[in-house]
Order: sequence, then structure tokens, then C-alpha cells
Amino acid sequence: MLSRRHLLAAVAALPGARALAQDTVDLGLPGGPSKRRLTDDFPGKRGMILQRNTPALLETPLTAFNDGIITPNDRFFVRWHWPFPTEIDPARFRLRVDGHVARPLDLTLAALKRLPPVEITAINQCSGNSRGLFAPRIAGAQWAHGAMGNARWTGVRLRDVLDRAGVRAGAVQVRFSGLDAPVMDDAPDFQKSLAVDHARDGEVMIAWAMNGEPLPILNGFPLRLVVPGWFSTYWVKMLDRIEVLDKPDDNYWMAKAYLVPDTPDGGIPPGTKDFPKRPISTMVPRAFITSIAEGARLPVAPTPVGGIAMGGDSGVARVEVSGDGGTTWAAAKLGPDAGKYSFRRFDAVIAPARGPTTLMARCTNSAGTVQPMTGIWNPGGYLRGQVETTNVTFV
Amino acid sequence: MRILVPAAVLGLSLLSVAGLSAPVAIALPDDPTEFVDVPGGPAAEAINNNCRACHSASMVLTQPRLTRSEWTAEVVKMRHVYKAPVDPADDAAIIDWLMAMSEGRGPAPAG
Ligand code: HEC
Repeated sequence: MLSRRHLLAAVAALPGARALAQDTVDLGLPGGPSKRRLTDDFPGKRGMILQRNTPALLETPLTAFNDGIITPNDRFFVRWHWPFPTEIDPARFRLRVDGHVARPLDLTLAALKRLPPVEITAINQCSGNSRGLFAPRIAGAQWAHGAMGNARWTGVRLRDVLDRAGVRAGAVQVRFSGLDAPVMDDAPDFQKSLAVDHARDGEVMIAWAMNGEPLPILNGFPLRLVVPGWFSTYWVKMLDRIEVLDKPDDNYWMAKAYLVPDTPDGGIPPGTKDFPKRPISTMVPRAFITSIAEGARLPVAPTPVGGIAMGGDSGVARVEVSGDGGTTWAAAKLGPDAGKYSFRRFDAVIAPARGPTTLMARCTNSAGTVQPMTGIWNPGGYLRGQVETTNVTFV
Repeated sequence: MRILVPAAVLGLSLLSVAGLSAPVAIALPDDPTEFVDVPGGPAAEAINNNCRACHSASMVLTQPRLTRSEWTAEVVKMRHVYKAPVDPADDAAIIDWLMAMSEGRGPAPAG
């Protein structure tokens, strides 16, 4: 992605291109429009990048990830497709479990909480995170890197709930939907499905707390699905219906949307027509430098470079950092391991030469997958995973 | 994943009682943003009438420069997939506005 790197360098070279006004950020999206307002206007959220007011799309600034591997609830990104209720009475809320089951259930929150509680730290990342950085550009939410967050989720195993309902022989998928609803009655309600075996793997959970607090309404109060290692599209918010299916789900959001090319890396040359597709699923390794901003001017001296990495669907095994545009690499020190689905902090020190250069961080996950230097492309703008760049000048 | 120890469960259930006893409500900010006429170009009336029912104008205004066929596909998608009640007679005015709005946004797209 040499051309993109040059473009970003050109953007960064414009005086004032990064911080236009106190409440505006420039996301560096090639070709623009790239400026966004920072907002504190959404209840329980602060300093969020305003992508869209209604339904809310709020992005976390990359600098927020420098503060720790857990993303605080008030900085956690927000993403909805359709309008959602802004008032919920937990006493009246019911989670319906039905379809191909022996005993349909209408669970109160109190009944759900009588099941054995479990906890996991896991990254929730939008399928289209970083879509605004693809070249050629793609229509959709124009995110930079902040449509992701890492939280400690508390709830119950989906398996325990399904076992209470008794999944019948012949079940193939489990479908999830929430309280959000289309504006037009005949438009497709947002629904997502997982294979029965995945739904029953003991890891997928129904969470009611995030970082020790009830889920914010904007993040899916009172319940959301947590699908560790899988993209956020499956983490259905305001979850109120679980339906066991005896045939594959053909609803729009499974059969037509959130599909990626059925190639090993999910990429395809721009402009390719008629290719096999599959529903998006697991995440890929990524690393982000969060301690130094794009366009920074720094003194020539040993310089700490730190950030966060994720393994995707397995842990972070190694992060390397380059201070010379990828010519040489040095191993970074990894921070505490909060589990294979969590962000992991990395820190290194580079000895820079005078002049402009490109900083990079490269993650290898515990399955041995290394971030590639060049990116893939696909018509959804999904699965970005190449080594990212931070252009700086040492003076 | 870890199974919670009783002390943690106690803490969380206290939290849950506190957090879940009463209705929870938030007030979302309004978004008055309208599409505006392109100076010396197409009027925004058609897009204002058809494209603000389901999402903020920013859904459109944040898009990169797209080709006429890509913008046309978006309008068709809104009508067919999301059931936007867009009068086909307005398509030309909407697409002309979208093209004029997104011109000058960096290099023309490849597609
Ligand atoms: C009936 C509801 C509705 C109306 C009316 C509507 N849209 Fe949309 N639009 C949607 C939904 C739903 C999405 C997807 C939202 C998401 O993913 O968050 C969307 C997304 C978009 C996107 C992002 C790209 C994409 O395909 O997801 C663009 C651009 C867009 N709309 C343009 C328009 C234009 C132009 C009009 C007027 C012709 C319009 N919309 C009217 C529902 C609507």
C-alpha cells in the first residue's frame, strides 16, 4: 500500500491537518471527507468520533487505546443499523428462546442470572473497522481504526440457556435478534445466526455486564451476545430472541450482507464480478501504535513506541516494531496476558535516524498467523488486517 | 473464560439489583442536519424529502467520492432492500445532487 502511505504522509505534511479545531479530528481517510466532530452529546459517552447521529455510529479515538487494554464503557464504540428503544424496563424484559427446541422459554433477567455466571475479556470489533482506509474506497460506515473495543463481559453461557430449552435433533443454526427494529415494516429486521455447535461451545455467552457495570443502552442493555474471536456483527445487542433453526438461515443479514469473498484471506481484486462468498466469521491479527500520533514531530532520541495488539481468534504470540518503514524489526515487550481474546499491550524503544520515517507494528498470533505487509480488498470493506503505518518526522 | 467465585457473584448480583431495579432511559441528541443545495448545482429538495427518514444526513455526507453507477446502486438498494419509499421519479434529481456533492473529493474512484 505504498500509494496510501504517500497519501497519508502528504496529508500529515499540511500544517494543522490533524487537529483542525478543538472538537474536530481528521481521520486521514484517503480522498476524504475525513473531518469528524468529537462529541460528548451521547449519554454515558465522552470524546467520541461522531460518524452518524441516527442511528448512532460513534468511534473511539485511537489515543483512548493508549490508556489501557480495557476500553472504558464511556469510550466504547457504538454501532446500530436500525433505531432502538431508548427506555427499557428490566422488570418487564423477557428473553424468548424458541424454534426447534423441546421447551420454549420466556426468561426474565432474574431467571437468567440464576444460571452459573461466567466472565471473559474479549475484543468486540466491527467487521468494517478501518473501512475508510481501503483503496479503492467503499460505501458504508467510514470508520478509521476505532470501531473496536475490549471489555470484561459477565453473563451466562449460551449453552446453558440452550440446554434449558432443549435443542432438538436436526437443529442446524441458532438465530439471534434484538429490540432494534426497521423503520419500514417490510424491511429486514437485524438477525444473525451461528452454527449449533458454535452456539453450544461453552464460550459464546449472553452478557449483562460490561467492565463490571450493566451494559449501557448504547451498547445493548440489558443483554448482548458475546462471540469471542468473531466480528461484532454477531454480538447481537438488546438480545430478546433466540430461535433454534432446523434449516440454514436465509435472512438478509446472513445471506446477503456481511459476506466476504470465499478466498483464503477474504480478499479479491477490485472490480471482480461474480465470486463465491461466505459469511464473515473470525477476526485476524492486528496491531496499532497508540503512543505516537500520525504526523508527529519528535526529537532524534531513543523513542518509546507502544500500543495494543490482538490475535484475532487466538492469542497474541509476538509483536515486532519497526522504526524504518519495515526494513528492520525488533521484538516488543508484551504486557500482561488477559486471555487470548483480549487486547495485549506492547512496548518497544526505537533508535531513530533524523528525517521522515514510518513506524510499524506487526502481530503474530499463537496460531502462527503474521500480519501481511500489503492489504486485501473486498467490496464490503471487511477484514482489514495488514500492518498499519504511523508516519512521523524525527527532527 | 472463568467461572466466577461466590464473592464476585455476590458483588455482581448487588450491582445487578442496583442496576436493574428501575427502568433505564436515555435521551439521544437531535440531528437537525439537512442536505443543502450545491452552489450553482442541483437543489437538495429531492434528497431532503427522500433520504432522511432512517438515518442522519451524515450517512451520505461521510461517503467517499463514488461513481454515478455506485450512487445509483445505493439509491436502488435503499428502495429494494430497506424499503425506502423513494419515488423513482426523484431518482435523477437525487443522483445528480449526490454526484455534484461528492465531486472534488480527491481522485475519481477506480470502479
Ligand atoms: C427506509 C430506510 C432508509 C431510507 C429512507 C434511506 N436509507 Fe440509506 N440506509 C438505510 C440503512 C438501514 C442503511 C444501513 C445502515 C447501517 O449499516 O448502519 C443505509 C445506509 C446508507 C448508506 C451507506 C452505504 C450502505 O449501503 O450501507 C448510504 C450512502 C445511504 N444509506 C444513502 C441513502 C440515500 C441517498 C437515501 C435516499 C435515496 C437513503 N439512504 C434513504 C436505510 C434507509
